[in-house]
Amino acid sequence: MNVHAIRAIYVFELARTWRTLMQSIASPVISTSLYFIVFGSAIGSRMAEIEGVSYGAFIVPGLIMLSVLTESVSNASFGIYLPKFMGTIYEILSAPVSTLEILIGYVGAAATKSVILGTIILMTARLFVDFTILHPVWMVAILVLISVTFCLFGFIIGIWADGFEKLQVVPALIIMPLAFLGGSFYSIHMLPTFWQNVALFNPVVYLISAFRWSFYGVSDVSVVVSVGMTLVFMIGCLAIITWVFRTGYKLKA
Amino acid sequence: MTLAQPIVSVSRVSKAYASGFQALKDVSLEIRRGEIFALLGPNGAGKTTLINVICGIVTPSSGTVVVDGHDIRKEYRAARSAIGLVPQELTTDTFENVWSTVKFSRGLFGLPPNPAYLEKVLRELSLWDKKDSKILALSGGMKRRVLIAKALSHEPRVLFLDEPTAGVDVELRRDMWNMVRRLAKSGVTIILTTHYLEEAEEMADRIGVIRQGEIILVEDKVTLMQKLGQKQLLLELREPLSSVPAELAALRLELSADGTRLVYTFDSRGEATGITELLRRLGQHGIDFKDLHTKQSSLEDIFIGLLRDGHAPPISRPAPRADGAARESQGAAPGRVQG
Repeated sequence: MNVHAIRAIYVFELARTWRTLMQSIASPVISTSLYFIVFGSAIGSRMAEIEGVSYGAFIVPGLIMLSVLTESVSNASFGIYLPKFMGTIYEILSAPVSTLEILIGYVGAAATKSVILGTIILMTARLFVDFTILHPVWMVAILVLISVTFCLFGFIIGIWADGFEKLQVVPALIIMPLAFLGGSFYSIHMLPTFWQNVALFNPVVYLISAFRWSFYGVSDVSVVVSVGMTLVFMIGCLAIITWVFRTGYKLKA
Repeated sequence: MTLAQPIVSVSRVSKAYASGFQALKDVSLEIRRGEIFALLGPNGAGKTTLINVICGIVTPSSGTVVVDGHDIRKEYRAARSAIGLVPQELTTDTFENVWSTVKFSRGLFGLPPNPAYLEKVLRELSLWDKKDSKILALSGGMKRRVLIAKALSHEPRVLFLDEPTAGVDVELRRDMWNMVRRLAKSGVTIILTTHYLEEAEEMADRIGVIRQGEIILVEDKVTLMQKLGQKQLLLELREPLSSVPAELAALRLELSADGTRLVYTFDSRGEATGITELLRRLGQHGIDFKDLHTKQSSLEDIFIGLLRDGHAPPISRPAPRADGAARESQGAAPGRVQG
């Protein structure tokens, strides 16, 4: 294992986060704060409790997921796309590093950023609403699992993208709508039966459900199914990335 | 591993792109340990593709490459650890500073941090003062040095320089040549591609010529110049001639337009160059000269000839060189020229 290479990529990538602090951390925190002010405090105070949880507290896990999912995909895709765009990818391709080491470096850094972001949003939310975390260890574990999985997905997007537009398309046009419709602001049990069934095809439903369970012990779908679905998605991403490096798809001529 | 073994061995490597373009055709090449090897060829000949195949950036369609005794596919870690690459394009981490990008390269190639070594590399490349500067703010020449520093940061045993002096000024080019010589002296094998034939002529121990994806020649530089080069003897006449005397026609003499110079072309490898006979017969005809020079085909002449029709051409006009030196050697006195 080329530990020095993993460390080099990880530190190099994380350094980019500190250089772009406003874009990386401050921007999502500000937008999440606005959600809490509007949906949590203003509208939330007029909403009934959902499954015994105040509306303001209910949306906390969903809003964290909303940011974590979009930022994981954005950060990881940008992390690998930038060297492709600048041409510095030659150094990664010619270095004595394995696919796994490259992944640990890039995805590890992007996931670290997502977890930091999730934690900051969690602390910001605490300023607006009162909540408790029933299963803190599971909360951290699920946050890490989802961050890593969506960073892997973002890594694939970054390899696939051949322009900045494609980088923006997936988080903005796919992840964001799925997160909004996946129960960030409501329980899918509040939907008519038909739409409840449709919602089950939305993978983000399972992620938010599992994460919310770690907070309040309530979930839209079984936690085991949620974690299982996430793991399946993760394995799928790993398989695609392995294929990408084996064939050199969009990386090697 | 012995010194006699080539440090890079390319065996029957071909590369066809998805478009059908055949960039490399059954290329075989061996690079000797510690030498400076210049790979010459026109644009699109396959120089960069060959380098990229050796470095692992391009996957060959067929063939094998062994670097320092390690197959680049089966033992890619050991093979790649030995290689430093300075790419042709100025591809840098624009938003990083010099120090962090060089430190990154060292770590990427599996070496522990060594600030003292990196400082030495940056000082040798006159980059130490710029270590905290953003690469974005550097000139093209400085960016080129950063790329070299990155390649040297992991102490490679083989250094590929793909058009290292493209677009750099004469001073920087000289600096780079000196650096390449120092590296070669320290045991690093250098493989460079260049468009500047004077660079190959000045630096290389051996020269390879690639054309349309095929290696058409690999030769020791001195031998190449001797084998394919032609020599001319230029005689500056005391009195201009209106024409070459008919009795001297068999000697293949050419007279300059103003009649003040006689040019005699000869094969320097031959048993007898015919110079003694020429001088004797000129004396018989009362043709006196005040000075003489010899002139040899430049590598550029040879290269152009090889690319055009597979053999060296006649000597062209004295080619202007970047350092202003003419490609002529001065004969001290007629009596010292041996036939």
